[in-house]
Amino acid sequence: MKRIVRLTLGIALLGAGAVHAQGTLDAVQKKGFVQCGTNVGLAGFAQPDSRGAWKGLDVDVCRAIAAAVFGDATKVRYTPTTAVQRFPALQSGEVDVLSRNTTWTITRDTSLGFNFVGVNYYDGQGFMVPKKLNVKSAKQLNGATICVQPGTTTELNLSDYFRANRMTFKPVVIEKLEETLNAYYSGRCDVFTTDVSGLVSTRGSRPNPADHVILPEVISKEPLGPVVRHGDDRWFDIVKWSLYAMIEAEEMGLTSKNIDQASASKDPAVQRFIGATGDFGKMLGVDNKWAFNIIKQVGNYGESFEANLKPLGFERGINELWTKGGIMYAPPLR
Amino acid sequence: MVFVGWYFVSNTLRNLDERKIATGFAFLAREAGFEIGETSGFAYGAADTYLRALGIGLANTFRIAAVGVVLATILGTLLGLARLSRNWLIARFAAVYVEVMRNIPLLVQLFFWYTIISESLPGPKDALTPVPGLFLTNRGIAFPVLHYDPAQWWVLAALLAGAVIAWRLVRWAKRRQAATGEQFPALSVGLGITLGLSLLVLLAVPHEIDRPALSGFNFTGGAALTPEFAALLFGLVIYTAAFIAEIVRAGVLAVDRGQFEAANALGLPRRRAMRLVILPQALRVIVPPMTSQYLNLTKNSSLAVAIGYPDLVSIANTTLNQTGQAIEGILIIMLVYLTISLSISAFMNWYNRRVALKGARA
Ligand SMILES: N[C@@H](CCC(=O)N[C@@H](CS)C(=O)NCC(=O)O)C(=O)O
Repeated sequence: MKRIVRLTLGIALLGAGAVHAQGTLDAVQKKGFVQCGTNVGLAGFAQPDSRGAWKGLDVDVCRAIAAAVFGDATKVRYTPTTAVQRFPALQSGEVDVLSRNTTWTITRDTSLGFNFVGVNYYDGQGFMVPKKLNVKSAKQLNGATICVQPGTTTELNLSDYFRANRMTFKPVVIEKLEETLNAYYSGRCDVFTTDVSGLVSTRGSRPNPADHVILPEVISKEPLGPVVRHGDDRWFDIVKWSLYAMIEAEEMGLTSKNIDQASASKDPAVQRFIGATGDFGKMLGVDNKWAFNIIKQVGNYGESFEANLKPLGFERGINELWTKGGIMYAPPLR
Repeated sequence: MVFVGWYFVSNTLRNLDERKIATGFAFLAREAGFEIGETSGFAYGAADTYLRALGIGLANTFRIAAVGVVLATILGTLLGLARLSRNWLIARFAAVYVEVMRNIPLLVQLFFWYTIISESLPGPKDALTPVPGLFLTNRGIAFPVLHYDPAQWWVLAALLAGAVIAWRLVRWAKRRQAATGEQFPALSVGLGITLGLSLLVLLAVPHEIDRPALSGFNFTGGAALTPEFAALLFGLVIYTAAFIAEIVRAGVLAVDRGQFEAANALGLPRRRAMRLVILPQALRVIVPPMTSQYLNLTKNSSLAVAIGYPDLVSIANTTLNQTGQAIEGILIIMLVYLTISLSISAFMNWYNRRVALKGARA
């Protein structure tokens, strides 16, 4: 009931129209921070560390936006959201941007009233089962009980997959990730399904990760990326290019360690990137050193991946740069 | 007021339109695309519509609320009377129960029961079988049921016929007692006739038994209570019963002591005095607050989403997330709960008028 009240309040905000009278950038500048919707806690993507500071690949996108807008990556406030809370939170204006392992789909892009700015992690949906069940393939899961979170693409892909393969299953649908995982680990479900990144990340936080296996089948495409409200192109551009600046910097070899020396570079592209020449910042409506600030304070995409995901055992895989065999690709900054 | 309302509605619609958020209820006819774990006996698949999915959620809400209200009333009444017992131990136990249960948040209790069920019971392969055919596992309680046959409707007919006979018997016994003072155990005899009749008919019609059996991951066949349903039911009943106990106790205490003494003087045993003299009077005090407990139980059943029972709110939540139509989703939830609340209130008002002092009505 409490959540319903919250939702209703959020919707009342929609009615009040105050959020929309001015652009998001103006509103953000006025209040002095970016309100970023994140995961409640998913190691490597968004999770508070022991001192309460938020860390993760998704969190770094929030920080990059703050660095671009304020020249200060710390000017972010986080709103942890479950899968079902995240969309009303963005629709109602409770958050300025959602950076929370959210899959880009046509429904969300159109009828939910959002715009996806790009992809910061290419993923797919997988299945995890206890090793002792001795299951080798998802095709053997007929009749299984499967734990899944509501309001996700996961829930829909799961039904599709079983229908397509003429199998049946019993879903156990619990809103909070923690309770879903409890249900799985206690044996209430035979299977836990979500994005493979989510499986790796949650399994890694267990005392005995080797007791659980991730099946070879990847049943969907899950391009995860930041989302903004439809209809505010200026804000859309800022969020989009904050993400692309991180990817572009990796391709250019610019890192948080060497960007201070970049002003000495003879490469005109580097000069433009750090804002020494050109006026990309002005075009976006932020400081001309926006990209420099992002890389200096947050780091490039590769650094963020290295710091947040490598320790959990993630490989770059298709999230490697296009120049190195992956599909991470930023449109040119020029 | 009207103007402010109109302003909000039109402004909301304009904002929704500007952001290209879909509006309207057309989505209800679209394919839902998600499965639902339990469906209260109705057919449902991912290819069905959102409307049907919401209907299943509503059926699940009704099922938990109906069973919950009945059980909470029984348990609550017993506890309320126990608290008034002259046996110190029973009275203390009831008092402690009420104090403890009322003060632990319901959500905590739900998680407690859910964890107990899913952590302490074994997996399907090592199911507990306290009686043959009954299986206790962390997937729930599987038990045998009758294999459905249309002829079994005759059993229901027999049950109804038995009830009518029993009712007439009770009336006859009352009249006889009034005239001659002789007593007749009409209720037990009536019950016996009803059960006997139904059993006879049941044996006459096809009555194959469908037993649960382990196949693959889970039990199939028979019927099952899921851990989600069981945990939600335990939580709601145990929590609400504590409040009902207090209402019952207050109701009994509100009856003038003189009534007890008068019943005593007439030589009525304590139990019959309670049933014939005290409770009918106490009901007048009990019914109004009981209504709000029934409403609370029904509303509290929406905590289901926390432990994965697919009630209306849980399905509506999924729906509004998949379609993005939060306003419509919330409207549906509010409308349904409003209807349920008003119906329960109306029924209890009617009942209250029936038990009220006749003189007070004129
Ligand atoms: N990418 C999918 C699924 C995202 C998702 O919600 N994943 C779950 C499982 S890893 C999660 O992050 N849950 C965290 C929570 O709800 O607190 C989507 O966008 O629908």
